[in-house]
Amino acid sequence: MIGLNRVTRVFNSRDGDQVTALEDVSLTIERDEFIALVGPSGCGKSTLLRIVAGLILPTAGTATIGGQPIREPRPETGIVFQAPTLLPWASVMDNVLFPLRMMHRIDSTSADKAAALVKLVGLAGFERRSPRELSGGMQQRVAICRALVHDPDILLMDEPFGALDALTREEMTLELLRIWSERPKTVLFVTHSITEAVVLADRVVVMSARPGRVAEIIDIESDRPRSFHVEGNAAFHDASRRIRALIFGQRHDGPGRAAA
Amino acid sequence: MTVQAAPPPRRKSRRPSTAALYEVAVPLIATALFFLIWEGLCRTFHAPAYLLPAPSAIWTDTMAIGPTVFGHTMATLKTVILGFVVSIAISLPLSIALTASPAVAAALYPFLVWTQSIPKVALAPILVVVLGSNELPRVVITVLVAFFPLVISMATGMLSVPPELVELSRACRASKWDELWRIRLPYAIPFIFAGLKVAISLAVVGAVVAEFVNADAGLGFLIQTSTAFFKVPVAFGALIILSIMGVVLFQIVVIAERVLFPWSSSNTAPTP
Repeated sequence: MIGLNRVTRVFNSRDGDQVTALEDVSLTIERDEFIALVGPSGCGKSTLLRIVAGLILPTAGTATIGGQPIREPRPETGIVFQAPTLLPWASVMDNVLFPLRMMHRIDSTSADKAAALVKLVGLAGFERRSPRELSGGMQQRVAICRALVHDPDILLMDEPFGALDALTREEMTLELLRIWSERPKTVLFVTHSITEAVVLADRVVVMSARPGRVAEIIDIESDRPRSFHVEGNAAFHDASRRIRALIFGQRHDGPGRAAA
Repeated sequence: MTVQAAPPPRRKSRRPSTAALYEVAVPLIATALFFLIWEGLCRTFHAPAYLLPAPSAIWTDTMAIGPTVFGHTMATLKTVILGFVVSIAISLPLSIALTASPAVAAALYPFLVWTQSIPKVALAPILVVVLGSNELPRVVITVLVAFFPLVISMATGMLSVPPELVELSRACRASKWDELWRIRLPYAIPFIFAGLKVAISLAVVGAVVAEFVNADAGLGFLIQTSTAFFKVPVAFGALIILSIMGVVLFQIVVIAERVLFPWSSSNTAPTP
């Protein structure tokens, strides 16, 4: 579904230096697979996400969706950001419909689709409310609807629960699992939380920083449907410990060894 | 573990009557007291009317030439409104151009700052010579005084859009026009209205400055001619009408924002 082949991205910083955000990243993601990207700050997780979204082009290497190179944003991707960034003047419904409006793809079925999504995330009855009247978690649910409204095959999530409190965060993680099981998508999920990554993902891509590389890809072999009960499983423990060792090990040993 | 929360009933935004009291009654009482004390001081110390006329003298002298004063008021109001409308018509495309690209901004800013560094009072007589003795130089002066804060606040507003929304717009492959119309302009609304409130007050100032230099009508003209003949109460009357005009026009902008854009952040107190 998504193919990254030796993707490198270099940014020119303001003082003329070149910063390598991503170096030689290769990754193949299957259809309807749930991939979590974890790593320290500055490991290029968000850059990778934006390359798949078509918002940033790779400096070298190729990124493809369904075999097609990504040269611009494609209709088969939907994005959720860390902040809900809903339109303050529009109702929940109009916020969900917003991408369709921007794409000029509004038709007679759009409202029904949007209403079904709002119901799916548990916000039925809130369609006419303004974002101001919703809690942070509810706003982020609306943002998820907004990302799904044009029925994309790929859902890109950039630390979507990073701004929420710990309890809401756990609740939203389970919500996302439920939504994903009802509407299977290929998900690329950037997070700082190892627990979140292991509970959610089929595979966890651990990245190292400066330059951002794939340190290791860890399969999470745990049955679905999952919940936070898997925290007690041995497999879960091993995976978490391994990820933690990769991330914190790099700090002590320098990036070279772990990235090799 | 789905949370199918039922929406709570909407809170009625019922203003307590004490708020209305503080918003309307207290200012009115304070104003009335101010004029009463003024009147009392003038009567006690027998202040000559050409230095400090009593409110009663201002009222009688101004009302004596009521229709004339009304005509002058309408003349000034016309200049203010024309100048205000032209300011908006100029500021909107200018701010869009300023935010479109850094190159355009770099090219335009020196000119904008330059128009602001010219003393408008000094420019007024020159404009009369160039543009003729009619409404045009008055409107130009009014615009020059009023438009700058409007451009700046509009441009600031359009740049206040969260970068994620711009990315979302790009991800939807939306046109620049859609981005402007559906994201940037609505986001700028609170900023635009903040600018409009400043601009409407400055438009009154600009119109009077223009009338001092070149007019055969208007409250600025009335102040000049009446002080020339020591009809100070009439000049004070014109001054009071000008200040009322400023307050009323300002309030019209405030109410327009509340009615047209109730979500605008400058209207609403944060909900607890």
